[in-house]
Amino acid sequence: MRRRATRLAGGVTLVTTLAVALSGCVASERDAEGGEESGKDTFVFAASADPGSLDPAFASDGESFRVARQMFEGLVGVEPGTADPAPLLAETWDISEDGLEYTFHLKEGVKFHDDTDFDAEAVCFNFDRWANWTGLAASESLSYYYTHVFGGQGENGKYESCEASDAATAVVKLKSPLPELVPALSLPSFSMQSPAALEEFKADEVGGAEDAPELSAYATEHPVGTGPYTFEEWKTGESITLNAFDGYWGEIADVKSIVFTVIAEPTARRQALEAGDIDGYDLVAPADVDALEQAGFQILDRDPFNILYLGMNQKAKPLDDPLVRQAIAHAIDKEALVAAALPEGTEVATQFVPSIVSGYSEDVPTYEFDQDKARDLLAEAGQENLELEFNYPTDISRPYMPDPAAIFEAISADLEEVGITVTATPEPWSPTYLDTIQGSEKHGLHLLGWTGDYNDTYNFIGTFFGAESSEWGFNDPDLFKSLADARYADVDQQEELYKAANEAVMEFLPGVPLASPVPSLAFTDVVQGYPVSPVQDEVYNVITFSE
Amino acid sequence: MIRLIVQRLLLLIPLLLGLSVLLFAWVRALPGGPATALLGERATPEAIARINTLYGFDQPLYIQYFKYLTRLLQGDFGVSTRTARPVLDEFITRFPATIELTVVALIIAIGIGIPLGYVAARRAGSIIDHSSVVVSLIGVTVPVFFLAFILKYVFAVELGWFPSTGRQDPTINATHPTNFYVLDGILTGEWDAAWDALMHLVLPGIALGTIPLAIVARMTRAAVSEVQNADYVRTARAKGIKPARLRGDHILKNSMLPVLTTIGLQVGLLLSGAVLTETVFAFAGIGSFLAEAVFNADYPVMQGFVLLIAVVYALVNLFVDVSYGLIDPRLRRQQ
Repeated sequence: MRRRATRLAGGVTLVTTLAVALSGCVASERDAEGGEESGKDTFVFAASADPGSLDPAFASDGESFRVARQMFEGLVGVEPGTADPAPLLAETWDISEDGLEYTFHLKEGVKFHDDTDFDAEAVCFNFDRWANWTGLAASESLSYYYTHVFGGQGENGKYESCEASDAATAVVKLKSPLPELVPALSLPSFSMQSPAALEEFKADEVGGAEDAPELSAYATEHPVGTGPYTFEEWKTGESITLNAFDGYWGEIADVKSIVFTVIAEPTARRQALEAGDIDGYDLVAPADVDALEQAGFQILDRDPFNILYLGMNQKAKPLDDPLVRQAIAHAIDKEALVAAALPEGTEVATQFVPSIVSGYSEDVPTYEFDQDKARDLLAEAGQENLELEFNYPTDISRPYMPDPAAIFEAISADLEEVGITVTATPEPWSPTYLDTIQGSEKHGLHLLGWTGDYNDTYNFIGTFFGAESSEWGFNDPDLFKSLADARYADVDQQEELYKAANEAVMEFLPGVPLASPVPSLAFTDVVQGYPVSPVQDEVYNVITFSE
Repeated sequence: MIRLIVQRLLLLIPLLLGLSVLLFAWVRALPGGPATALLGERATPEAIARINTLYGFDQPLYIQYFKYLTRLLQGDFGVSTRTARPVLDEFITRFPATIELTVVALIIAIGIGIPLGYVAARRAGSIIDHSSVVVSLIGVTVPVFFLAFILKYVFAVELGWFPSTGRQDPTINATHPTNFYVLDGILTGEWDAAWDALMHLVLPGIALGTIPLAIVARMTRAAVSEVQNADYVRTARAKGIKPARLRGDHILKNSMLPVLTTIGLQVGLLLSGAVLTETVFAFAGIGSFLAEAVFNADYPVMQGFVLLIAVVYALVNLFVDVSYGLIDPRLRRQQ
């Protein structure tokens, strides 16, 4: 017996020795990797999911766009650090008086990754491609942004034609005005793609059965644009590798290849950064920001391009009473809410657009935090014993709403303070919260928000209040019309009209705009010059690595 | 033996048919649908209706099921609504990852569980026995995501011994003929890649392996305790049989039957346990993909993956049943 015990002990020692030797091996390998740090030319970034498609025309999600922005460029880009449209593949453009004709003067000498020329013919090929989709390709699940911006294909669509008057001039004609066209063209969905590659790899032949679309070979293996990086490999569920494009018209700094590695779980992303497996990641949980900063990581904040609001469904009585809505607005301490439940740097909101959007008004009616006034207004409305349902989502973290439950807690405490009894109705975000809020009348107060697509006031308040909807439960033709008027007004009058519209909305007070939280990114200390953008127009060719 | 295998394989057919009906009904009884998941925040009811028409989700259920079954019989599992790739392709691409992970977890569970259980039984009441109980309890009760967090914190973040996520360092340019990354590295002679893939398996393997380890250890302990007091063991010992042979042929081999059953069952649990482990380790296997599918109401993937997992589970159990015969000659004769 004793002898066996000794043997067992010997075994344990052996295993321990092996483990130590093994770890020594691994440690030395990592050291070797570290030694190469000075020659670092690969940027490893953690994405939260695979892209939906590598063909940006068939994509509408942030992860697809993140990858697309490295490989593709559109006619219109974004002024760095802002949400304002700026020249990119089109150096200038002229818009006709009636707003129906856009003449784009193109940058010359630009090549696609397949060495074909980018010219006006290519521009028109892309426009015609979008406008001629049929069947599955034309459905919102694939061509979301074309459908939304141009109103779809065929007769309903606003697109008329595109003509290449010479190699460097493309003239796009519309059937009816589309004032947000220029900012919308900065979306990756409207990137310029190589006509030769689109045809060769049958980008428009959405495969599969009639009711089960399958991505084309173009969208999974052969995306070809004019951007600084070319496609190398996509291992689904794992990573996407891109390499620098030798023939790029602009410059490429240190990043010669980009690896997007897919890490869905937020804590796993943070630990991957801490373990040195990645160089950076997006959607940093607000709770992790301090700890990461203290550990020597860089935290970069985007200017907020989103809005979080407390919606009020006027079908849920007495929310149709303006006095009640005003009382609720006065009852909420937005500063305290931001301090308690939102990331540092969050802007308190006064209206339904963030401050960098062009139609933002300094003169909207405001409802300062004043709970006595709130009680008075409730008394005036005869609603001293008000009971309200309060819907909020669970199992979700959106850029505008990192922790819905915490936001709910803060607001409902304020409401209880002025004598409103709140009935909490939490509901999982996926799959039913949005159905309840936007597809039914069965909700009262609710939390929701929006991250803008491009710099256009209508993209915010038009999306919310452009037409009657079950989310808000009111029908105000005058408001709808004033928004439409602003949308189709001359460009030079538009800003004033949008400001007026923002003021009218806040006078009417359909909901309480709460805040615009800042989304954060985290990086190791060697990453320099990451081009933070409120609309996530972040292209990695400008990044450098410090020693 | 062959008759048993054929019988069991034929039984699979009604089993899978029944399961397909249940799955179909269950998946569609869930609230919400793929359209909402696809369109996000500002989907108009009209847009949702259009998507549902497009995918055929607005047709009567029996028609949808009939269509599904017709395709299924042709080997067509449908297309993921989230990734727009065929479900079968997704499964085949990702399954090797889950097999690799399951094998590592099993090696850990068996390699540690059986010796631990054996020693605990042979020295009942000793410190080793008591610690094995504690280890088993911890193994079963600590949630996988918590264990994963701690493992990563200690061995990836603080010590830097192992990578925290993924199957392979994405900056390694490795070729993957089989999608079994360790095997691929060995086959192609890319030793760095094989080693790196193996290192990526260690932490998730431990996280996934602890529960079966605990169960295997407890089962082994119970079985060995019983067998070591059996009459024939006493007789054998009285005959003066060599201790090594007594331990091997008489005690260990005879206690392995229930342990083997347990291991067979654990394989099924490992496949479902992989959902959590793969998600927290960003390990691109079938588990993490299934989790994403559930979150996005991706009907075809939910249906297809569960069916395919059921097939794998049934085959593993068949294999376990067949292997009984190899261990126990009595069963061989009965069959």
